[in-house]
Amino acid sequence: MQKIGVFICWCGSNIAATVDVVRVAEEIKREPGVVYSADYQYMCSENGQQLIKNAIKEYGLTGIVIGSCSPRMHEATFRKAAESVGLNPYMVEVANLREQVSWIHKDKEEATEKALILVRTAIAKVRLNAPLKEGESPVVKRALVIGGGIAGIQAALDIAEAGYPVDIVEKNATIGGRMAQLDKTFPTLDCSACILTPKMVDCAQNEKIDILSYSEIEEVKGYVGNFSVKIRKKARYVDETKCTGCKICMTKCPSKKGLDEFNMNLKTRTAIHIPFAQAIPNVAVIDPEQCLKLKTGKCGICQKFCGAGAIDYTMKDSFIERQYGAIVVATGFKPIDLTAFNEYGYADNKDVVTSLELERLMNAAGPTNGVLLRPSDMTHPKVITFIQCVGSRDVSGCGKPYCSKICCMYTAKHAMLIREKYPDTEVHVFYIDVRTPGKNYDEFYRRAVEQYNVDYIKGMVGKVYNENGKLMVQGSDLLNNEQIVIPSDLVVLATAIEPEPSVRKIATLLTASIDTNNFLNESHPKLRPVESPTAGVYLAGVCQGPKDIPETVSQASACAAKVIGLLAKDKLKTNPCVASSNEMMCNGCSQCANVCAYGAITYVDKEFRLGGGKTEIRRVASVNPAVCQGCGACTVTCPSGAMDLSGFSSKQIMSEVEAICKK
Amino acid sequence: MSELEKRIIEKAATLLAGGEIKRVVGWKKGEFIHDPSPATFETEESLKDFIYNDFCGANLSKYLIDIFKREGKTAVFLKPCDSYSFNQLVKEHRIKRENVYVVGIECHGKLANYKVEEKGITGITSEAHEGENVVFDTLYGKVTASREEVLLDRCLTCKGKKHVVADETVIINDYEDKVSDRFAMVRELEAMTAEERFAFWQGQLSKCIRCNACRNVCPACSCLKCVFDNPQSGIAAKANDDTFEEQLFHVIRAFHVSGRCTDCGECSRVCPQHIPLHLLNRKFIKDIDSLYGEYQAGEEAEGKTPLTSYTESDTEPNNVFTVTEGK
Repeated sequence: MQKIGVFICWCGSNIAATVDVVRVAEEIKREPGVVYSADYQYMCSENGQQLIKNAIKEYGLTGIVIGSCSPRMHEATFRKAAESVGLNPYMVEVANLREQVSWIHKDKEEATEKALILVRTAIAKVRLNAPLKEGESPVVKRALVIGGGIAGIQAALDIAEAGYPVDIVEKNATIGGRMAQLDKTFPTLDCSACILTPKMVDCAQNEKIDILSYSEIEEVKGYVGNFSVKIRKKARYVDETKCTGCKICMTKCPSKKGLDEFNMNLKTRTAIHIPFAQAIPNVAVIDPEQCLKLKTGKCGICQKFCGAGAIDYTMKDSFIERQYGAIVVATGFKPIDLTAFNEYGYADNKDVVTSLELERLMNAAGPTNGVLLRPSDMTHPKVITFIQCVGSRDVSGCGKPYCSKICCMYTAKHAMLIREKYPDTEVHVFYIDVRTPGKNYDEFYRRAVEQYNVDYIKGMVGKVYNENGKLMVQGSDLLNNEQIVIPSDLVVLATAIEPEPSVRKIATLLTASIDTNNFLNESHPKLRPVESPTAGVYLAGVCQGPKDIPETVSQASACAAKVIGLLAKDKLKTNPCVASSNEMMCNGCSQCANVCAYGAITYVDKEFRLGGGKTEIRRVASVNPAVCQGCGACTVTCPSGAMDLSGFSSKQIMSEVEAICKK
Repeated sequence: MSELEKRIIEKAATLLAGGEIKRVVGWKKGEFIHDPSPATFETEESLKDFIYNDFCGANLSKYLIDIFKREGKTAVFLKPCDSYSFNQLVKEHRIKRENVYVVGIECHGKLANYKVEEKGITGITSEAHEGENVVFDTLYGKVTASREEVLLDRCLTCKGKKHVVADETVIINDYEDKVSDRFAMVRELEAMTAEERFAFWQGQLSKCIRCNACRNVCPACSCLKCVFDNPQSGIAAKANDDTFEEQLFHVIRAFHVSGRCTDCGECSRVCPQHIPLHLLNRKFIKDIDSLYGEYQAGEEAEGKTPLTSYTESDTEPNNVFTVTEGK
């Protein structure tokens, strides 16, 4: 006979204000199998836990149901409490009366009814629970960092510092990412390359770090502590081990009209190229879309001139497979596409540029060698107008609903740098709000306004149009309550940023969840901000949400701390809620093995007794419990109902459904 | 005896005489020529009862699940649409391909007994296709009926004359691979309002007498222990609760075989109440085609299936409703 105890938590007023907790505890006493029921102000507190422990001992409870917050918050707490007095931790069920009841309902009567139903549902499940025991699995002491921008670089350096080998997989030909494209960095105005490139070099020189540039993630199998990742090394047509980075190929290559992505297409480059001077690895790559030899078979000049004999036109994509204990996602961002923002004339006017393009126009290694010239006629712009929030905080559907966070600061930076270098330039900034929280940030912005006399105009821009070679910026000045038109020579759009689109594929491969804006979800927005809900996967940089360099670096180091904490363990406790197959029902069809994302299911030929001395050999499924992650995909795929999941058996789920549907 | 039947029986005899083949699976004469049943033949003498005519609708693939396990090799005669079921069972590891010798045979569409009876045609001694008609010799003289009137529903929308698997074939007549639109009726159902559709299926499924013939004949329904027969499942008796639960039997079965059903149409053929059960399966097939790309279960004996694999081009869950509603 089961003896079930029910514990209803008030969560202060969080639950008790909307749910009649006393009534729930009272009524639930009448449920079959329930021998004890109580309510308490904070069940998770030391006293609350003691209440549970005492009841387990006193009434000899065989299973308990806690009506409280989400099991994601405190299931572990209550399991530990139960275990400490000898009740198997898997005999604990949590009915979520906070997130699923009190926080989303207003009517107390209705909420109380629903709370009763959810508690009854948990009781229906716990009646069928069975004690389970955790297993152990080993940890591969190697980490993978996806993305070689500042986030990935910092995470890799910190992990390597602790002594663990780490691989950086970067889809471009060099690491460095967006930060490598920037000119100066706020709020200190030090040169981006000057602070980034030493870190890039550190990565290259660190013997614990293996940089896999021009590579992409192809396939991910396994689970926390034991990921198996297939990596595609794209054909760069240059042997990395031979190329010395002498660049003679770049001076000889006749195909010079390629758009230079590193310079935001404001410059051309040769088909064979090294993305920028400080590239790591400092190895050339051939753009197959542009290379004459690869396209037409005629040319081969670079091969003739390459003293190292590094050029190989027959190179193919190759694959490597490696094992990792932990994975850091640091895939970064890109500015959004501006085709939906016709009003700013970006597509029609060369002198309407994005802020990232302006970074290149101001950079000493950029297309203008650091002299600020406008793209159309290479003259000094005398009047520059900045437009903030282009596509950010936009609920019209054209842009993004969120604040891109970095634009206020970099616009102030651009305005200040221009006024510093070219004091004869007039600089206007249209803004909705100026948001500058952060150490020394507001001071930085005020310097732009007060010391450099940048003209900040509160208001939005309606349109930008070309009139006799001048870009007319028409907007509203809300503080003076008037419509204004500013004839400008250069217009800079503080374009919203969005996660690098390839993150969707990565998220799918990792089964990491993603939000409606393609930002990866963290496990808890406040308390577990660098962990993905998928165990063993960590998030660094803009892939998780808009952030600037200091925040990105902090997050990357936080990721590294989490990774090091994981890799320092020799064994991980495995989830005992794993699948198993009833061999008497399994017909060997292999569908479960097809859907298993972890490769946990294999098939064996097994001899079965048929009675009368006869035997039969049948093919049946066999689950490796160390590999199974308990996702349950096999149980719903199995056509025979032979596959079942411990802790979440089909019978338990059905009994829960029935408890919910019962009138 | 038709030339085709003669050649098939000769083939069976040659195979048995060869020694390697221990038995052939085919059709056995009943009392009349219109009631053949599936049978195994182990000796040349037993072949005197072998029959192959347009009443031999039964799909022999499912019988192999048990028969292939017997000692020695088994030969089987498969019509084009049966060969899909065979392949699907090989794919699901229910039949070992190397234990079976497959002879693909010609088929011009099989006859529905009840349609022939309804036309008052009795005492049949022989029959043959002639153009768009079927001509019956009966004890009472010659009777002609149009194919459309007497063919099985599934054969009216034939899915092709290709054998997807065969070690050899016995085909003597000119063979036209005429594929017709099998989803016309599904589209009609989709065009109905939810209420109309509910009424349609309620009208059909309320005829069900739960004889389980559809399940027993279905090559995709081959679990060792059917969930409806298993007291452990906790739902075995549910279908007896009320008529609505009863009707859900067919819906559950359609889900069960989705992605694996080759559209062989045996369920409708054997239904004594003439419920068009194949339409439920076809709805799934049509939805899978439109959501995940054209797919024919049983076309290949290996490879991935749309419902148990993931590709990046798979439709997003929020599109499923609009697509499957046929809008």
